[in-house]
Amino acid sequence: MRRRSAPWLRRFRPGRWVVAAVPLLWLGLFFGLPFFIVVRISLSETVIGLPPYSALLEWIEGGMLSIRLNFANFALLWQDSLYLDAFINSVRVAATATLLCLLLGYPMALGIARARQSLRIPLLLLVILPFWTSFLIRVYAWIGILKGNGLANNVLLWIGWIEQPLPLLHTDFAVHLGIVYGYLPFMVLPLYATLSRMDSSLLEAAADLGCRPSRAFWRVTVPQSRPGILAGSLLVFVPAVGEFVIPDLLGGPDTLMIGKVLWSEFFNNRDWPVAAAVAVALLVLLVAPVLLFERLRERAQPR
Amino acid sequence: MTGSAPRLEAWQDPAAAPLVAIKGVSKSFDRQAAVSDVSLAIYPGEFFSLLGASGCGKTTLLRLLAGFERPDQGRLLIAGQDVTELPPYQRPVNMMFQSYALFPHLSVADNVGFGLRQEGLPRRDIRVRVAEMLDMVKLGSFAQRKPDQLSGGQRQRVALARSLIKHPKLLLLDEPLAALDRKLREHTQFELVNIQERVGITFIMVTHDQEEAMTMSTRMAVMNEGRIRQIGTPVEIYEFPANRFVAGFIGAVNQFEGRALAQAGDVLQVYAESAGTELRVHVPQAVVAGSPVVVAVRPEKVRLGREPPPGDNRLQGTVEEIAYLGDVSVYHLRVAGGALIEAQLTNHTRGAAPPLTWGDRAWVGWNADDAFALVE
Repeated sequence: MRRRSAPWLRRFRPGRWVVAAVPLLWLGLFFGLPFFIVVRISLSETVIGLPPYSALLEWIEGGMLSIRLNFANFALLWQDSLYLDAFINSVRVAATATLLCLLLGYPMALGIARARQSLRIPLLLLVILPFWTSFLIRVYAWIGILKGNGLANNVLLWIGWIEQPLPLLHTDFAVHLGIVYGYLPFMVLPLYATLSRMDSSLLEAAADLGCRPSRAFWRVTVPQSRPGILAGSLLVFVPAVGEFVIPDLLGGPDTLMIGKVLWSEFFNNRDWPVAAAVAVALLVLLVAPVLLFERLRERAQPR
Repeated sequence: MTGSAPRLEAWQDPAAAPLVAIKGVSKSFDRQAAVSDVSLAIYPGEFFSLLGASGCGKTTLLRLLAGFERPDQGRLLIAGQDVTELPPYQRPVNMMFQSYALFPHLSVADNVGFGLRQEGLPRRDIRVRVAEMLDMVKLGSFAQRKPDQLSGGQRQRVALARSLIKHPKLLLLDEPLAALDRKLREHTQFELVNIQERVGITFIMVTHDQEEAMTMSTRMAVMNEGRIRQIGTPVEIYEFPANRFVAGFIGAVNQFEGRALAQAGDVLQVYAESAGTELRVHVPQAVVAGSPVVVAVRPEKVRLGREPPPGDNRLQGTVEEIAYLGDVSVYHLRVAGGALIEAQLTNHTRGAAPPLTWGDRAWVGWNADDAFALVE
């Protein structure tokens, strides 16, 4: 598209700036500024006091401004294997959970998108309904289900599949289950959005050209829903990596996830600078998949 | 043409086997009949049009042939094979969709080759045939484009190439030209007919555009409310409509309701109140005196002038409306009986002043042979 308005008109459009200023201001105030503070804390030193970190800038005698940047916190993340292990483990758990969400959510979304018009809204409501209950309460409910004499074990004992209660709670299994349960709607909704928008005549065209329904699914439906797959996976993966509540409540003492590490640095160790460094590193590492996603999306929709 | 006998068209030849036989097919959606008891035979090499207003069932009939719908009643035969129960992917039929339904994630070449890939042909053969097909629709240099990088006319040709590449016995076209602008549509009409003659595939086209159906088809079926009202060549449909619906649907027509008076040979005398006089009309069959008859005459068959024109029927009236359309002018004349008669004059001379103007007294006239009677 080469046709544009005259350069002077392009440069001088006050309406555009007003519209853009609102979200910019919002982002600056509630994302940019807090992030700046977190970065600042991550470059300071731990002190006992209030606040529990040192100042970066200090006036020393002779009217000199002294700047002390402490990179030891970031170095620690690299040196102490705890942080790297926790991060890798988090990515692994999040990736597995994302894949499980996709395998579970795709048939759900497809089913809703292909359901009768009058059934779609009720089915979508069923997907969203859990959001009406607090996330925390729902995770606690899983404790009741998974614990030694919980619902799951009692049912399994009753139908005679097991003789001893299974250790379900405080395992990696429970963490995966919790994340898949908690984030499934974030997978289903974007998938539903792309699948319901899909032109049904494309499947008819595929059938007309000799394509069986099973093949048409892989050759037409799945490629068409790629933006939804990418968006859903990102919506599950990114928060799942930093997830703190689920591993804390459902995971075992050896469940190592970066969100939990961050929490304990902050509240248990009161080491704000290291906690801030973990947060900054996490953000930087999570921006990478987002950028990758954007690249993939651009390639999926050439313009 | 060597034989002395006149060439017999396939549908006139009792020995010819139809390619498509639709036998008593009905289909309804939510108890609403879309197609009611339709029977139709289409012969190899035909360019057959299903013509009707929207909602007349023409698209449903096409989708029944493609296999996207199952009939409630009746059988569908293609090349002698009963395909009523066959899913679309097993029918020897391809369809060109009104929306074109091109796969947006595939290139032009992959779209066109899609049908061949389903047959498991070697990639090299597919590439050769796709290239041939793209050359035929003059899109050779667009093979690697995506559909959304093409113009409407180019997309239409990709859809055509994709539906022809498997050499189906029958190609179904759902409003193939509806999305094109007028100029391109007229050009594409001829191109489509040329391609059909070149590939020798039988075409069934659904259209709401009577001009399109008339220009392109060998035969057409006029549909209304799920039923076929007449099947015939464009000339038959236009000049010899079987009923008032067909007469009124195709082209403009002057209609006079009346009663049969007397018949001499094949000329019937009809008294029509709205014409204010007796009309003579050519009727091949015998009509009982006193039965209701509609006399109909097309505007271009009506002669118009200040003096009484020669002809079997002559009426005098007043010019009420004049519409100048460039190639022709249309005049509306109010006659004594109250009817408004439409007449068409061809504008032979450039810039000539109109022979008549509003309020002028004038005569219209036509021969009994040029009018037709609809007895119902």
